[in-house]
Amino acid sequence: MIPDIQARANGIRRRVLRHILDNGGGYMSQACSSAEVLSALYGAVLKIGTSVGQAVPLPFEGVPGPERPAQTGAGYNGPRAAHFDRFVFSPVHYALVLYAALIEHGRMAEDSLAQFNVDGSRLEMIGAEHSPGHEYTAGSLAQAISQAMGLALARRLRGDTGRVVVFMSDGEFEEGQTYEALAAAAFYRLDNLLVFVDANGFQCDGPIRDVGLIEPFGARIEAFGCACSEIDGHDISAILCAAGRPTHNKPHVVLCRTNPTQGLPLLQTRHPKLHYLRFTSDQERAAYERQCQAWEKEA
Amino acid sequence: MTFPIVKRPHREHLVQWMKDRSECLVMTADLTGSCEADAFREAYPERYFSMGMAEQNMASAAGAMAREGFKPFLHTFAVFLTRRIYDQVAMSIAYPNVSVRLMGFLPGITTPGGVTHQAIDDIALMRALPNMTILDCADATQVEGVLDATERIPGPVYVRVLRGEVPRIFPEGRAFPLDCLTVLRRDGEARTLLLTSSICTEYGILATEAESLADVPLIHANAAAIKPFPKAALLDLLPGITDIVVAENHSIIGGLGSLVCEIVATEGLGIRVHRLGLQDTFAYGASRAYLAKHLGFDANAIEAKLCGIHARTARGHIESRHENVHSDAKIEGL
Repeated sequence: MIPDIQARANGIRRRVLRHILDNGGGYMSQACSSAEVLSALYGAVLKIGTSVGQAVPLPFEGVPGPERPAQTGAGYNGPRAAHFDRFVFSPVHYALVLYAALIEHGRMAEDSLAQFNVDGSRLEMIGAEHSPGHEYTAGSLAQAISQAMGLALARRLRGDTGRVVVFMSDGEFEEGQTYEALAAAAFYRLDNLLVFVDANGFQCDGPIRDVGLIEPFGARIEAFGCACSEIDGHDISAILCAAGRPTHNKPHVVLCRTNPTQGLPLLQTRHPKLHYLRFTSDQERAAYERQCQAWEKEA
Repeated sequence: MTFPIVKRPHREHLVQWMKDRSECLVMTADLTGSCEADAFREAYPERYFSMGMAEQNMASAAGAMAREGFKPFLHTFAVFLTRRIYDQVAMSIAYPNVSVRLMGFLPGITTPGGVTHQAIDDIALMRALPNMTILDCADATQVEGVLDATERIPGPVYVRVLRGEVPRIFPEGRAFPLDCLTVLRRDGEARTLLLTSSICTEYGILATEAESLADVPLIHANAAAIKPFPKAALLDLLPGITDIVVAENHSIIGGLGSLVCEIVATEGLGIRVHRLGLQDTFAYGASRAYLAKHLGFDANAIEAKLCGIHARTARGHIESRHENVHSDAKIEGL
């Protein structure tokens, strides 16, 4: 199981890099840091059924309103049922990475990425609830963890046995709302809430340590009443082990310490400007092209 | 005219109304008694959720619960449901168009709690949100009727609720006017329409009873549905009207006066609109009667405006009902 999850994680990096090469820019470091976590979620952690979304997503029909119900991208995470988990994806600027993960795990057709950021498509650059794999319109960061908390409470009221599994980024722990959500989840003893944080140490302006303070990360989470596991987010067996840890009436936050250039050492030369990859010279582009072709050959 | 006073009209009514509605929940943010939800907390603890003094989380969590088929009724002060958590309301509730009910207490100047507690821009903010319905209660009957009215609205609803000692202006049991205006007075040959909402409806009734206006034909109507606004009902009243006076418990920017201007202008009617309300100013901590007088939208201000239009001399002696700051109908002076 672990080699398969790792192969698909490598596939996520490869697909994201290919897309960036073909389109001139994208969120690469996020793919590098989160590939193992997202691959492990879809490959083993999430108890979900097969996708009920269209293999090739249909065009976006428009925003919710009196005449049109909200469209959901959650069908790519399987049908809804009391015993299935629900997946909440919070840092939606990682959308390209999520779309690549859906493809790698057989939940969306390979050529769907051609729709990425194309006018009229659901595969928006910053994902919204109609985008494949997305449950909420989470782009105003830290609202998703509160929505996940509300979902976990609703599932408890209904007697569902499935969990609410959330994927977050570490920058979101600068937002006050994140701590409101953790406190409320702990207050209501929501041990059906399992949160994976891609702690890659970077945010839009640069390294988190130069932008704000979120450490001591694990101690903060525990101080808010949640259980916290701190792991190497590229160690798939550690991810699976943390996911199975019982937390006895406490929400569980798994801090996945990750490297934003994992698997792609070339990216280190851009340090500390890692948030968005756009090539500055033909030479640089050619180096990434060679790396991508090598990956494609392996695959 | 004086009206009978109903103490805490929402408190017991909420309990009764919720009885057989198991999907309806109440969420609060440390203002449960102040928002008359304490009786519900005692009656249905399994459907009551204290969310702590954390409104952002409450709004987003409620949005998610509504998507799962529950109907959360959020109870807190109107300022904290609108200005403080605007983005959460917009993205977690209004965008997905889910059935969250935002019960906003202390609208406008109905609190001596000062600028931090006075929602003077809440209608302007909520009007700008697609999918949002806005209902503004004028008396105890509308406070009671508004819960039934929400049943007709699948999306989110923002309600301006009056609490504490609330006059009963409209007959008990009358349905909340979702699709119409409530005409309080309609004289033949009127050329002026007085349109009031919230506490200004009581002021408007007192003003139009003034001796100075005894021989002036007028129409007075209450607007309780702010969005969607019953535009057709307004247009029905306008033949022969040259002046509309709007009195509202809100800033004149973005509220009822503004929306009437939008309608009059887009219909090309050429009617003059006079807006009484907060004239692009913040308020401060003082009694309701004092603030309404000094900010220029109490009964005397309405009388003066109507007299000005009709070349009459206003007396300016209308006594407004005095609110006891330590009334036993509220749990603190606030």
